[in-house]
Amino acid sequence: MDGLLIGLVYGLAAIGLTLIFGVMDVVNLAHGAIIALGMFFLYLFFGAGLHPYLSLLPVAIVGFFLGVIVYQIAVRRIINGPPLMSLLATFAVSMIIVGIGTALWSTSPYNINFKVVTYTLGGYTVTSARLVSAVAAVLVTFGLYFFLYRTVLGKAVRAVANNREAAELMGIPSQQILAISFGIGTMLAMLSGALIATLFPFTILSGGVYELKSFVASVLGGLGNPTGALLGGIILGLIEGSVAPFIQVSWTNVIEFVIFVLILLFFPTGLFGGRR
Amino acid sequence: MKKSWLMLLLAAALGLAQAQTVTIGLTVSKTGKYNVESVNQLNGIKLWQDWVNGQGGVQVGGKRYKVELKYYDDESKAQRVQQLYSRLISQDKVDFLISPYSSGLTAKAAIISEQYGKVMVATGAASDSIFKLGYENVFQIYTPASRYLTSTVDMLKAADPALKKIAVVYEDSKFAKAVATAARDYAQKAGFDVVLFEGYPPSTTDFGPIINKIKASGAGALVGGGHYADGATFARQLFEQKAPLKMIALLVAPASDEFAQLGEAALGVAAPSQWEPLVKYSPDFGPTPQEFTEMYRKAYGKTPAYRAAGGFAAGLVLQKAMMEAGSLDGAKVRAALDKMDLTLFFGGIRFSTDPASHGLQLGHEMVQIQWQKKGGQMVKEIVWPLAAKTADLIYPIR
Repeated sequence: MDGLLIGLVYGLAAIGLTLIFGVMDVVNLAHGAIIALGMFFLYLFFGAGLHPYLSLLPVAIVGFFLGVIVYQIAVRRIINGPPLMSLLATFAVSMIIVGIGTALWSTSPYNINFKVVTYTLGGYTVTSARLVSAVAAVLVTFGLYFFLYRTVLGKAVRAVANNREAAELMGIPSQQILAISFGIGTMLAMLSGALIATLFPFTILSGGVYELKSFVASVLGGLGNPTGALLGGIILGLIEGSVAPFIQVSWTNVIEFVIFVLILLFFPTGLFGGRR
Repeated sequence: MKKSWLMLLLAAALGLAQAQTVTIGLTVSKTGKYNVESVNQLNGIKLWQDWVNGQGGVQVGGKRYKVELKYYDDESKAQRVQQLYSRLISQDKVDFLISPYSSGLTAKAAIISEQYGKVMVATGAASDSIFKLGYENVFQIYTPASRYLTSTVDMLKAADPALKKIAVVYEDSKFAKAVATAARDYAQKAGFDVVLFEGYPPSTTDFGPIINKIKASGAGALVGGGHYADGATFARQLFEQKAPLKMIALLVAPASDEFAQLGEAALGVAAPSQWEPLVKYSPDFGPTPQEFTEMYRKAYGKTPAYRAAGGFAAGLVLQKAMMEAGSLDGAKVRAALDKMDLTLFFGGIRFSTDPASHGLQLGHEMVQIQWQKKGGQMVKEIVWPLAAKTADLIYPIR
């Protein structure tokens, strides 16, 4: 149960990663740093007296514009270059964010301290923070789907993802669409970071763990496939939650990656198929 | 013309000062996971430096030496520690060493100090194993891990003789594992039934699965933990998930003042502590606990935690050894450390001279603290040993 809830949040982070990859073939190595940044922006807004859940909105807005800016500065020029170029560029962005974060907040742990209600249901204890995070993750995902499938802009994003040249021939301004997509991907990463921050204490280096989880979740679900990424996140959360009672907790990671490798062996394009 | 005279004077003064210094080298985790603990420790060491230099320096055989510190950031990483300690010894030519923070890093630094035969005072490192390798130059300030949680077990037994089932859950790190293993053995001898004994990876953030296991085991009390980040996370989730525990004692994290950030989740959580500002020791060398606490507050605007006190104590021990040896010679200082038996503001200091455990701390004892609420404020109280307590133990906590 816990695994399912936390898995939804992993899934949200993974969607951010997979969206950027699906639309522009960029593996965003700054993903983890941006997740950590989401945690700290939540901390800032919370420190300013805003309720953590109300703070999600400004975090999302900041995330979107940050994404657009990062795209314009670091990604736009090299988007047609070899994959290594964008790997290096996003890695550089990651180092810059972590560096600034370390200078501002050091690597000490921070904690969002707010009232959490606990519900007990037949032996299971669930905290309101986890429930709200999971519900928020689901809502954001629905929002993304609505955007992608029901709005003109969303259709343009999908068109660019499918075939950029064809979309351009149809008069779609692909550069703007790519910037918006990067912004949305970044926004999702920031949001998932902010949600994680309501659950666990964090440091500026915390993003790394969740970046790894995002990669695993999105590969599980099939790279470039947002639904798959969400399901991948849920699977990841479920594995973490359900194997623990039977084995030493230290082994969770081993089990997780063994399953990961097995799935890749039998479903090379991910469980739910990539969009390529 | 005037300027060049001044320069000359300055150069002469510098040269003079340089001849009269004793250099102490160490690394500090300014970044990485030990950042909070390690910087606290450095603050204590720096305060000792100011204190001793304020008195004109260390008195060694009729001469006075100013203390100079040489330190680098080890990023909480073992490889960095080895490189930097080699550098401190061979390039910076320091006279003595103080260890980095944490047992893991100190074990690495000890290898280097032993290779070069440099005396190293180890503070912030409680592992026993470092001292079971036949090293001759490493001396421990903290109560070792094997005795870290034993008084917690005594306290629990005194508070609730009827309680039998306890859980021992620890971070998979050198230090925490050593403490937990020793605590389990001690608890079993004391008649407890250890129903869960399990480690978690140091990077754990989601303790949900482990808390479910604790609940399923039927344990009435929990001892364990690891370092700051994981301990604070663990305590918060134990509270949120309403784990039905009568006592929670975690290593390290609750002993820090930052732990109060957790609010309600901190309430009732106990921890063994190497030192607390309220302890009543009458030192035969250096400041009293009150004097040290005052000095520290003045310098940093905060109440010192035990790591800062350990840093200051490490300096005092080196200072006393140099004074007794009447020389900066490594072998003579080492001999003085072997003979040392004193009480500092930090507590007793006596090192094992048995070749099988040379340098292990024998004189120092732990105190137990618990977070309690006083007038709406979270405060740390000493609850054990009874002779030193500032408040009664709250039991059960929920």
